[in-house]
Amino acid sequence: MTVVTATKRSAQGAPRADGGRRPPDHGAWFLVLPALIPILVLSVGPLLYGILLAFTDAQSGRTEPTQWIGGLNFRDLLHDTLFWESFRIGLVWAVGVTVPQFLLALGLALLLNQELKLRWLARALAIIPWAMPEVVVGVMWRLVYNPDAGVLNETLRGLGLGDGRDWLSGLATALPAVIVVGVWAGMPQTTVALLAGLQNTPRELHEAAAMDGAGAWRRFRTVTWPTLRPAALAITALNFIWNFNSFALVYVLTSGGPGGRTRLPMLFAYEEAFRYGQFGYAAAMGCVMVAVVSVLLALFLVRRLKGGDDT
Amino acid sequence: MRTSTGSRVGQYLALLAYLVFLAFPFLWLVSTAFKSPRELGSPHPTWIPEDPTLDNFRQAFDEQPLLRAAGNSLLAALGAALIAVLIATPLAYVMARHRSRLAKAATGWVVVSQAFPLVLVIIPLFLVLKNLRLINSLAGLVLVYVVWALPFALWMLVGYVRAVPAELEEAAAVDGAGRVRTLVSVIAPLLAPGIVATALFAFITAWNEFFFALVLLKTPEKQTLPVVLTHFIGAEGVADLGPLAAAAFLATLPSLVVFAIIQRRITSGMLAGAVKS
Repeated sequence: MTVVTATKRSAQGAPRADGGRRPPDHGAWFLVLPALIPILVLSVGPLLYGILLAFTDAQSGRTEPTQWIGGLNFRDLLHDTLFWESFRIGLVWAVGVTVPQFLLALGLALLLNQELKLRWLARALAIIPWAMPEVVVGVMWRLVYNPDAGVLNETLRGLGLGDGRDWLSGLATALPAVIVVGVWAGMPQTTVALLAGLQNTPRELHEAAAMDGAGAWRRFRTVTWPTLRPAALAITALNFIWNFNSFALVYVLTSGGPGGRTRLPMLFAYEEAFRYGQFGYAAAMGCVMVAVVSVLLALFLVRRLKGGDDT
Repeated sequence: MRTSTGSRVGQYLALLAYLVFLAFPFLWLVSTAFKSPRELGSPHPTWIPEDPTLDNFRQAFDEQPLLRAAGNSLLAALGAALIAVLIATPLAYVMARHRSRLAKAATGWVVVSQAFPLVLVIIPLFLVLKNLRLINSLAGLVLVYVVWALPFALWMLVGYVRAVPAELEEAAAVDGAGRVRTLVSVIAPLLAPGIVATALFAFITAWNEFFFALVLLKTPEKQTLPVVLTHFIGAEGVADLGPLAAAAFLATLPSLVVFAIIQRRITSGMLAGAVKS
């Protein structure tokens, strides 16, 4: 028995015929418990507790006991136009960040996969956004966007493109402005993941295709993309979830303003829970966020996977 | 592979565009951190400070308890990294080698834990930690960070364990070593570089974390660096740009250094995890 065959089998979804090739052994439990207990107590437990809280009127700092109120929070949520507005903004933000992020990262990964002279520099720079605390990324872009002393307005002025504006405070510009930051902040991670995937595409196939006279686009479509596709889909799905649930970046950039134009669902839920103390209501928001994102993702993945069978 | 000169030029132009996009915000941050107040107020900001000064750094330290905040961050991140790796390594070993229902459940949890909005976890945690009197304490924060860092730590470590040839273990088993002995004396030494990389990654994650710290830490004496950084931005969003940039620049340095060291290993860890699971 080798590990390779074991993982291959699982990858092909073969049924697990045996109850375990090794005899049951208690050593395994001994190894697993140190991680299992904190996971159950601090992650799985709170998660389930959180879902329960969504059906209660739990509030912080209240003296009366918490009551079970059934679906009342969810009924209220249904009529909470502010929440759905933040939900819409969250979706616009998640798509607006994930798609350009993926395309830009794919381009950069393809470039970095070539023998180019400045490759090392690009790789080094690609680390920076990834290593930075999100709070610092937010602070940094506030400096870039600063209406008076920011580099963006100064550059635009230099190019003769208007007198500059206050990007983060403008009703129309705030969301696009934070989306740009989101793309910047997450691009490196996506690039590295795609680059890792690219290094799996067999070079010989590429060369064979080039000999047959296939252009760059044909080679990408017929050789690179099919191998990259599973990794690319997984990355995109994960990025979408992370982006939809993100908090720190926008909290630092705009705190959800102006006029709620950048109030992502997480910011909304945070305010509801920790500014107004509505724990039960905020937990219900969390539940709705999970449910809708899961459904969207399931639809996306199922369609994509089906599409893959045809080609 | 042969490439025409035309497309080569195109590639370099594209690469250049990426370099500018990736670098300019950071260069602007650094530049702002060293500018004098007079230059910061100037209507035409320059890239290179005309008379570079360290005043912003001095002022940043005067305005906010940066050193103490950095100390708090360091404690929280070190604690989280050490504990996370200590408890994740054995579990990762079992997940990689032992195809039990438990290993599957753990893998499932790793995936699912990526999808939940933090607010759904933090409200109950807040209540639990409050009952344990662990609100506004670094110990409570470390607990949360450990669990928060576990999924990715497991993900990386499973990849590293799979890269260790199984024959080595079988040899140890033949010699009569139990599972725990095998892990400690055979696998762990081979994994050491991967374990260090994972610990460093967990360290950075905790060093950079903001949401949990914001919710759990109430008093300035306890707050970590990212939370204290936001104090530089006033209630109305007005910020003293120089000190803000200086403090932000300082807060990034440790992660940048650590990240530069382990970047390759994270990449290969992601690769191993993604390909083999």
